[in-house]
Amino acid sequence: LKGPLNRFLYSTSTNGVELFQGQCSMQPPSLPVLVLELLIFYLSLQYAWDASEEYLFKAMVAFAMRRYSNKETTQISNVLLCNMTERVSFWFVVTDSARNVTTVPGSEVEAAIRMNRNRINSAFLLTDNTLQFLKISSTLSPPIEPTVPVWVIVFGVVLCLVVAAILFLVVSGIRQRKKNNNESAETGDLEDKCDTPVTTENGIPCDILDLKAGQINGVYAADDERFTPL
Amino acid sequence: LLSARIPNSSMVRSLDIPEVLKEDDRPKWDNKFQYILSCVGFAVGLGNVWRFPYLCQIYGGGAFLIPYVIALVFEGIPLFHLELAIGQRLRKGSIGVWNTISPYFGGVGIGSLMVSFIVSLYYNTILAWVMWYFINSFQEPLPWSACPLNGNRTGYIEECHESTAVNYFWYRRALNISSDITDNGNLQWWLVLCLAICWAIVYICTIRGIESTGKAIYVTAIFPYVVLTIFLIRGLTLPGATEGLVYFFTPNMNILKNPRVWLDAATQIFFSLSLAFGGLIAFSSYNSPKNDCEKDAVTIAIVNSMTSLYASIPVFSILGFKATTGYWDCLDRNIIGIINEFDLPDQSIMRDNYTIWFGFLNTTHPKKIASLKLRSCDLQEFLDASGTGLAFIVFTEAIILMPGSQGWAVLFFVMLFSLGLSSMFGNIEGILTPLLELHVVSKSVPKEVLSGVICLVSFVTALCFTLRSGSYWLEVFDSYAGSLPLLIIAFFEVTGVVYVYGIKRFSDDVKWMTGRQPNFYWQVSWRIISPLLMLTVFIAFVTLQTQEQPSYGAWNPKYVCRPIFLIHLFSKNIVTIFSYLLMLQN
Repeated sequence: LKGPLNRFLYSTSTNGVELFQGQCSMQPPSLPVLVLELLIFYLSLQYAWDASEEYLFKAMVAFAMRRYSNKETTQISNVLLCNMTERVSFWFVVTDSARNVTTVPGSEVEAAIRMNRNRINSAFLLTDNTLQFLKISSTLSPPIEPTVPVWVIVFGVVLCLVVAAILFLVVSGIRQRKKNNNESAETGDLEDKCDTPVTTENGIPCDILDLKAGQINGVYAADDERFTPL
Repeated sequence: LLSARIPNSSMVRSLDIPEVLKEDDRPKWDNKFQYILSCVGFAVGLGNVWRFPYLCQIYGGGAFLIPYVIALVFEGIPLFHLELAIGQRLRKGSIGVWNTISPYFGGVGIGSLMVSFIVSLYYNTILAWVMWYFINSFQEPLPWSACPLNGNRTGYIEECHESTAVNYFWYRRALNISSDITDNGNLQWWLVLCLAICWAIVYICTIRGIESTGKAIYVTAIFPYVVLTIFLIRGLTLPGATEGLVYFFTPNMNILKNPRVWLDAATQIFFSLSLAFGGLIAFSSYNSPKNDCEKDAVTIAIVNSMTSLYASIPVFSILGFKATTGYWDCLDRNIIGIINEFDLPDQSIMRDNYTIWFGFLNTTHPKKIASLKLRSCDLQEFLDASGTGLAFIVFTEAIILMPGSQGWAVLFFVMLFSLGLSSMFGNIEGILTPLLELHVVSKSVPKEVLSGVICLVSFVTALCFTLRSGSYWLEVFDSYAGSLPLLIIAFFEVTGVVYVYGIKRFSDDVKWMTGRQPNFYWQVSWRIISPLLMLTVFIAFVTLQTQEQPSYGAWNPKYVCRPIFLIHLFSKNIVTIFSYLLMLQN
């Protein structure tokens, strides 16, 4: 079954869960008990949730307790699930058979699960977001930081290219200039003898008539009558 | 004596030897295509990608095209043609041209030079920001996609959590912005490095004037079009693209009654075509005199406007996609809340029947619904939330939603960089060419040194934009240096050419260059319509500016964006005063 991914945290009031004849039920608590509510986002499951999956969950919690306390006393039968809903959310309690069927304090269970969160997640092919233990805030995993930030590498590459380009252009410009100077020194004499087209203005060669001299401090007068109109 | 300064076209024609032979050391374009491409690259800049779509969006979508086209036809194209023609005819940069027309108008040339310098300062800083984003785009995941964790790793950094990850990356990681313009802070070293790289790249491309920019422009002018096409195809295939396009292009004719629309259309055309910078005059001065500048002007102006339209299609489709995704997220969150509260089976409420369910539940269990504090989701609201923060905030947010986001981010920022770089060429040319003519340096100093000095001085001056308050300064510069002076300069350009140089002489020059007399449209526009339009726009602009206190938007680390009012800061525009003084001096 597929559907929109639920990303909403479901918080509910914590009615106590009491052990009653070895089963958990919704009764007002006589013992202060921390109950962990588990919410599995149903549609993140790539499998159907049935009794065998519940069994696996109990096994994982028992495993977590064993790892945490380093005692191999917790059995699968010690983990009780109740108040199942279709969205796959339920409450569970861990009992301690050694201590006369009382519940293990919630803080211990919390710590145990926090320690083995990865294993529990991967057993169900879920992530921290999709398998939520309410009351256990996960420490967010830090992002993987490479030893050298990526942007420094890219910046180094760009910098090297730019410096290389500048050096190349400057050196080639200098070389070009040297070549031009050498050539003009060789052909300087020849050029004077060649006929260059001489532009004239009013019969006076432009080399003599310096057009630019007339630009400075010219009195503005639109005097077109000196030239033949078209 | 005007005629002594300019060889009369009849006289030169009779000799049939263009004056260019005397000045054969003036560089020229390798071919016509290079020249056209340079002008197109100069005109097409960052504004085409983000300012035009923004204006289209706030001014009633398709209806904005009407004042835009009118402004293009009566203001943009005539002024563009005028600048190209005058540069090509007089074959000098902006200072030389205006000194030639009249010594009293020399200030216009110097004004152009100053504006080009100031604009290139802050324009390259924007490119430095683009460069910073570019070199950060190679990470997986993108650094602006998620908030970083706080010190003890129990949650996200508060500033980031309160706003969005994208905002946080922009304001904190890129700019490290301070809370107001008076709090300057230090130079941000990463921005200084990026700015240095950008100026180095500009130096490489403009090292020998148009010889080098002419080669670089092939890449920087054509590449953005390639990328825009890629984004167009990608954008149109995204979900929600059609909603975005429909929303942004739907004309709302009522908006035309608002005079601000007409003013903004006129100013947008004006700034978009990069008029009055002196760069166009410089570019066309390297042409051969017998070049059809009329056809060039019309072609380039139309290409510029077409590019704006073409760019707005992928922009709107991607904005539509982003709005739709945000809307779906909002809906999904509400659906979860309701499903959890009422313990309904999971697929009972979907996006399409959400409103029915919501209405039903609201009437039957109003208290429960109220306790959930559901946010009302409105697609319109998501579509409205875009604007001038388009490139660095809105688009980056959209990119992280697309699969393969690194590639799209790299492509996008390289496109922005080349768009800006080709405009920078025009700006630098607008500085370099007049300076070469002013003979501020002796002939023996190579051009490479002069362009190096320009880039170095600009880099050092632009370091003020890498301070913590740098982006506020940039906004001030953009609002006040890149707007009013251009209007003034353009007005004096038109009146100078038409009434001082003489419209008859100018028409004859154009006829000599293009082979046909400018027709009725050009005559009427140059003589009457354009100056009048410029004057109206200028007066309206000044009136509107003086009505409000100068202000800028500030980022408040207490997560509330509030405007801080500048009082008596830049109350008069520096460049305007400068050019007035120069004109009075002459």
